[in-house]
Amino acid sequence: MNILKPSKHNIKTYLPAGIIFILLGFLDVTMNSFFKVNLVAFFPGIISYFFPLIIGFIGLYLIRLEYSGIRNLDILNKNINSNNFNAILSLLTLFIIIKSISPLINWFFLDANFIGNSKEDCTGDGACWVFIKVWFRRLIYGMYPDPEQWRINTAFLLLFTLVGITFFAPAKFKKYFILFLIFIYPFIGIKLIGGGNFGLTYVETAAWGGLSLTFIISAFAIIFCFPIGVFLALGRRSDLPAIKYISIGFIELWRGVPLITVLFMASVMFPMFLPDGTFIDKLIRVLFAITMFEAAYMAEVVRGGLQALPKGQYEAARSLGMGYWRMNFLIILPQALKLVIPGIANTLLALVKDTPLIFVVGLMELAGMIRLAKTNPKWLGMAMEGYVFAGLVFWIICYAMSRYSQNLEKKLSTER
Amino acid sequence: MNFKNIRFQNKKIRNLIPQFITVAILLSTIIYFVTNAQINMGNRGIAFGFGFLKQEASFDITFSLIDYDGSYSYARAFLVGLLNTILVSVIGIFFATLLGVIIGVSRLSDNYLIAKVAEWYVEIFRNIPLILQIFFWYFAALRALPLPNEAINFYDISFLTVKGFYVPKFIWTNFNIFLISIICAIIAIYFFNNYSRKQREQFGKQLPTTSISLLIFLIFPLLSFTLFGVTLSFEYPVLKQLSPTIFTFDGGLNIIPELIALALSLSMYTATFIAENVRAGILGVSKGQKEAAASIGLNKNQILKLVVMPQALRIIIPPTTNQYLNLTKNSSLAAAIAYPDIVLVFAGTALMQTGRAIEIISITMLTYLTLSVSISIFMNWYNKKMAIKEK
Repeated sequence: MNILKPSKHNIKTYLPAGIIFILLGFLDVTMNSFFKVNLVAFFPGIISYFFPLIIGFIGLYLIRLEYSGIRNLDILNKNINSNNFNAILSLLTLFIIIKSISPLINWFFLDANFIGNSKEDCTGDGACWVFIKVWFRRLIYGMYPDPEQWRINTAFLLLFTLVGITFFAPAKFKKYFILFLIFIYPFIGIKLIGGGNFGLTYVETAAWGGLSLTFIISAFAIIFCFPIGVFLALGRRSDLPAIKYISIGFIELWRGVPLITVLFMASVMFPMFLPDGTFIDKLIRVLFAITMFEAAYMAEVVRGGLQALPKGQYEAARSLGMGYWRMNFLIILPQALKLVIPGIANTLLALVKDTPLIFVVGLMELAGMIRLAKTNPKWLGMAMEGYVFAGLVFWIICYAMSRYSQNLEKKLSTER
Repeated sequence: MNFKNIRFQNKKIRNLIPQFITVAILLSTIIYFVTNAQINMGNRGIAFGFGFLKQEASFDITFSLIDYDGSYSYARAFLVGLLNTILVSVIGIFFATLLGVIIGVSRLSDNYLIAKVAEWYVEIFRNIPLILQIFFWYFAALRALPLPNEAINFYDISFLTVKGFYVPKFIWTNFNIFLISIICAIIAIYFFNNYSRKQREQFGKQLPTTSISLLIFLIFPLLSFTLFGVTLSFEYPVLKQLSPTIFTFDGGLNIIPELIALALSLSMYTATFIAENVRAGILGVSKGQKEAAASIGLNKNQILKLVVMPQALRIIIPPTTNQYLNLTKNSSLAAAIAYPDIVLVFAGTALMQTGRAIEIISITMLTYLTLSVSISIFMNWYNKKMAIKEK
């Protein structure tokens, strides 16, 4: 056995041999999965099936060496080839990836249809992206009337420009821009999209939908749930028993029930509690429900930060003669919020991911529009394309958000 | 009024004012809502009350763990929904934990590829809304399964089709006795473990606890089969032709696609969060502990089992409890794909039929509150048991 064991002396012959073995294994898998050619068909069934694994394993065994002096080989051995078990796991992982890439590429691109206007244009076995193309405007704007869609575009363009300006503005003015963005812009945006006066035709909220509705709901709920959550967290840690227990009850009530029942409540139970004849718009009810729901979660996250601060911070602030509010807003909260940035980001992410639930009250954002589009008699059987598209869009949004929060955490970290 | 000029000398009175204002606002809101509700219900001629629960429900439910049809009461329909919710939550929690632990450990693997694959699994499935995943599995992936006559065959005993997964049905006689035997076995194992612990602590004797426990667990039910007349037989699903083109499976147990899609997506989604908890827990055990364990001669498995895991569990359990709670609450998304859980059956169909929004929504919310509170009480108890016992 010792002759077969690679060592520093025979590595010069074993390394090329091992590489050839491994390459053979990969060649077989690749040919199999991309060109449907079985190179080793002359072997009996089961051996031919496991041929790449066996030959790859032999190859990896031949090049496994504690220390060879060749830098790349050492890195490879350390990371994927440290023992027999790891070698097999690595090979399996790689082969499964190669095997699954080819059907995926075929479905997404090679067999997919991009050109056309109807379902009949989709002749390939792959995805029918024509579906997304034809329904694209509906998926973005919902039932919003076509000639008025520039209003949504303008509102979002304005938002992005304002955010951009705020980002690059000198530190002196930054504060005012942020305040404007949070307290004034949302109402300008809603007026622009909703219309009703200033020469804009009124568009009822039932017509809003698609991805833009996802953004509108997320943005509003994020803006409102944050301050409410902070106040609830402060309330829960208050010395005043009435405020403390009301806050606890409020937080635990919302956290104990699923969002879907809260939305049900907002849509069927809440109107019973209002004087007869009063009507509050569905979208506002939904926004209120989502905001309160996420505020309770936000409160628990912020409370975590408040609890993590050492008592000395409170005492120091008190000894400087600060009152309750000044102590909290100048000393405690800035530190506590920085501690819980990951938690805040997770709550906001959860909020964005919860927006599709508004289908229970009949509002349709991206996922809801897909549901509507796939039940259209002309476009039956397009569920896969629709949900893959929606999943990709949501994934990009959420992944970007989580990446941003990680960067923010690093930037604000004061530890060296 | 200028507040600055008023001096509250007495701290107690000063503290009372904000409390009084809060309570007053809360009370007046509640009173306002209640009076409105009374007027509204009066106008519609319905009186508040839970008497409707005894009325005949007269709607069918596609999937039920207990006997149910339209002639049963609303209360029974509620129970069916509740049991379905609990069923999918338990299945989801089991698989989410299994998958979560595997992926969490894989993320810390020495093998670069395995660690990367686990990381991407987490990044992908965590960042897609759960409802979209449910839709994907139910409307896209499971709809691609074959019809009953071309079912995917598992050794002729279970069949995977577009109409669900058909598995053999267990047919018991004297099931009660079997249950009692299992309970007896668990009690016996508990006492035996206590005894062996005492032996170890007092005399330093090591008893083969695991193998004897397993033996007890096997022998008791076996006895119930041989001595007390418990029998178990299987009813296999059989392909049946309804018409020249329509086939179905007869007999056996059908796991409906709604349940599969829901359990699958709930466990895959929640597993990502549990994996992160597991990873954080294992990383949270200080390196010195592992080195100390290695230096007294424990091998890699022993280090993981005896030193790392007991400490990591203390970090893992509290956030994982939260994930279990979330999974239970997320199971309410069942309503979107018509899995008959409590939201669909009770807050959906029953509400539509009776129009009693306030009663039904409050019952549903209270049920979820109770479920949440009971899971968190159980997990707090477990947490306390696992906590470091300082002397």
